Amino acid sequence: MDALAKSDFIAKEDHGAKPLVLWRPTAKTGLISWLTTVDHKRIGFLYGASALLFLIVGGLEALFIRIQLAVPNNTFLTSAQYSEMFTMHATTMIFLVVMPLGAAFFNFIMPLQIGARDVAFPRLNAFSFWTFVVGAIILNLGWFMKDGAPDAGWFGYAPLTTRTYSPTHAVDMWVMGLQLLGVASIAAALNFIVTIINLRAPGMTMMRLPVFTWMTLVTSFLIILSFPAITIALVEIMMDRLFGTNFFEVSNGGMPILWQHLFWIFGHPEVYILILPAMGIISEILPTFSRKALFGYPIVVFSGASIGFLGFGVWSHHMFTTGMGTVATAAFSLMTMAIAVPTGVKIFNWIGTLWGGHLSMRTPMMFALGFVWMFMIGGFSGIMHSAAPADAQQHGTYFIVAHFHYVLIGGSLFALLAGIQYWFPLMFGRMVSDFWGKVSFWVIFVGFNVTFFPMHFLGLEGMPRRTFTYDGNMGWNLGNLIATVGAVILGIGLAIYLGALIYGYYKGPRSKKDPWDARTLEWSLPNPPPEYNFQVIPTVHARDGWWYEKLHAEEIVKEEAEHAKEEDAHGGIHMPFQSIYPLFAGIGILIGAIGVAVIDPADPSRYPGFWGPKVAVTIVGGLIMFVSVVLWSLEGVEGYHIHLNSDGSIKGDDHGASKH
Amino acid sequence: MSSHAAAATLDPHADSSTSTGIPNKKLLMWAFLASDCMFFGCLISTHLIYRLHPPPGTLPARQVFSIELTSFSTFILLMSSLMMALAVNAIQKGNIKSMRWSLLTTIFFGCIFLGCQVYEFRNFVYEKHLTITNSILGTTFFTLTGTHGLHVLIGVVWLSGMLLYSFTGKLTQKDAIDVESMGLYWHFVDIVWIVIFTAVYLLEYL
Repeated sequence: MDALAKSDFIAKEDHGAKPLVLWRPTAKTGLISWLTTVDHKRIGFLYGASALLFLIVGGLEALFIRIQLAVPNNTFLTSAQYSEMFTMHATTMIFLVVMPLGAAFFNFIMPLQIGARDVAFPRLNAFSFWTFVVGAIILNLGWFMKDGAPDAGWFGYAPLTTRTYSPTHAVDMWVMGLQLLGVASIAAALNFIVTIINLRAPGMTMMRLPVFTWMTLVTSFLIILSFPAITIALVEIMMDRLFGTNFFEVSNGGMPILWQHLFWIFGHPEVYILILPAMGIISEILPTFSRKALFGYPIVVFSGASIGFLGFGVWSHHMFTTGMGTVATAAFSLMTMAIAVPTGVKIFNWIGTLWGGHLSMRTPMMFALGFVWMFMIGGFSGIMHSAAPADAQQHGTYFIVAHFHYVLIGGSLFALLAGIQYWFPLMFGRMVSDFWGKVSFWVIFVGFNVTFFPMHFLGLEGMPRRTFTYDGNMGWNLGNLIATVGAVILGIGLAIYLGALIYGYYKGPRSKKDPWDARTLEWSLPNPPPEYNFQVIPTVHARDGWWYEKLHAEEIVKEEAEHAKEEDAHGGIHMPFQSIYPLFAGIGILIGAIGVAVIDPADPSRYPGFWGPKVAVTIVGGLIMFVSVVLWSLEGVEGYHIHLNSDGSIKGDDHGASKH
Repeated sequence: MSSHAAAATLDPHADSSTSTGIPNKKLLMWAFLASDCMFFGCLISTHLIYRLHPPPGTLPARQVFSIELTSFSTFILLMSSLMMALAVNAIQKGNIKSMRWSLLTTIFFGCIFLGCQVYEFRNFVYEKHLTITNSILGTTFFTLTGTHGLHVLIGVVWLSGMLLYSFTGKLTQKDAIDVESMGLYWHFVDIVWIVIFTAVYLLEYL
């Protein structure tokens, strides 16, 4: 009975009346089916595809930066273009590549790992994705306008971002874009929290959750608790820009330092939002390819959670040079050293997992091992920054650039690339070429180190960040040239990686079920997984549930047959209807955001009061969003039921009516 | 399926279809409120920090505020929470008619609060010459209380929508969770107001 109950997402059934709303899209293929999808796997794919697209955009921006810095006094980019490049490179890579790639896995993999048929709120999930797309559009709109792209840095320090110093709409679009990405992230994170806590299959206790799911949970909590800080900071700067308030207006008592505090109260947990999913992925891959259970599972979980907690107490180490006072500096110094401990513990757990294992060196494993090593180097330079006096020297130099690229590329991106390779057969039912995967790994690995290792030295020699050129007699020529060569190699490596991926998607050999002989529940599914995920909701008997199922095949077959009969007798599998309203709400938000951020304020001589095109467009967008949300809630959560044959094919569904 | 279990017991506090027994919508609302705490926390901190650093020539807040009016609207908002609780209780017992009256009163009280706020804002701007642009106090005060007012407005719209929906006959005892999560939101908005009332208004009279 318990097992059956899990097949329903939301405990509300229709009351026999017709829905109040006119159109229920039912297309299963084609454009409409993608625009109205509520299937977590499709939404995960959309997140992943957009992230890889933006990886190319952000990568090109990085290459432009490196070309400009290849030789001293270069004129490839102007100072203004350079500012746009580093601002958009950072913003794109953080918010439009690493976070959505994480979200792609949260969406696709997490529900499968806990034995659920979807996330708790499928339409909210679609809304998160469309809002993310809108935020990405608004952020990048400036490239196509005369105002240009945002150019005040990804940190957007006030008063540089105030109207006085950034009079164009570029910063308006940055502010609006980030706010929308925040809304998207928070909505998605709320959904994941409810899903993980409430939709676990029977027997899937919290301490049996796969580590990736655990890290999804911790990351989601970090998102809902840290994004409000940047949202409020952005609201304040937007009020300053649009309505002339004084939050960061020094002449009227505003204090720009407030921006730094609010930004980094978000910004530091954000670092862990980027790295914790990566740690989760690594904790799945290493055991699979070492053919051993994860070493010290509870310790890994608790380390992840304590990183989450401590992550809120270290933000001011980004501000050691602002003169906070001795006590504050010492306290944040200490906390920063403390947060390295759980991270180090995890490294030892991963090494413990490898120790004595039968290592199988496939592409995902290569990237995972690369992660452990490179992330450790990033961690070492990170711990150097925790000493405030040392940090005062390194602050604002290329040493910092070297450090965070080691944790973000060597850490996050390596793990995400590993994750793509690892779950690709499950997602698409095809294998990526192992040979080209390994070639891409080595080229990326070499290119990455050649690019960023010299930056440590450049930083210690005093080369400042965010400066568009340098003089030939500073002693930075060789280091910069090497870094640029490395960046080109890194670019080639990523191109090989993506090429192998695309080839694998269309032409790769068909993968058998569970090709890696893995341990967690998602691999118990045929690949690609059917729309309803699990033919029968699994009952979990142990940590590494699928491993247990493989060892106790007979017992599981009997159990599943029994549960299948019960489930069928109780109305079959509940599937949610698709919905167009999340997309419409997103379109409303897009129009409203264009009104707020892109259109010029009205000329008071032509329009009365505060009216004008800006206000009109904003209101129209808001109304479209409001009406969509109302229709969305009137549409209700009804779905339809499907019954399966024993081979998993659909026996027939009773579309439109979900009575039983 | 879940509805069978639910129909058998109709316990508003447990949902047999979820792992924890907590309904999904309730958990979503709690998590959202945790997030909203951080929103208000940042705004209130902004106000309190700037309060400690008034630029020369700042109007003392005590000369601007009218504590009588605000105490009254605070009381009204608290009473609206009581009516909200009664509405939730009514629908959990299946008493739609009683729920409608309680909801209507909640909406009415919410509107009184909003009316007081509009009056207060107009009074501050036109009589006391405190605007959102002319001082840091005006900036933080109007942004913070305005954000709270926006929350109340959203609550009033939501409550009204639910009240109208109840006349379609589709709102039944089984949907108590929809009213309950709305109630959680409404109570939260009230609690935040108590914090704002203390930190923004009462603090000035110490």
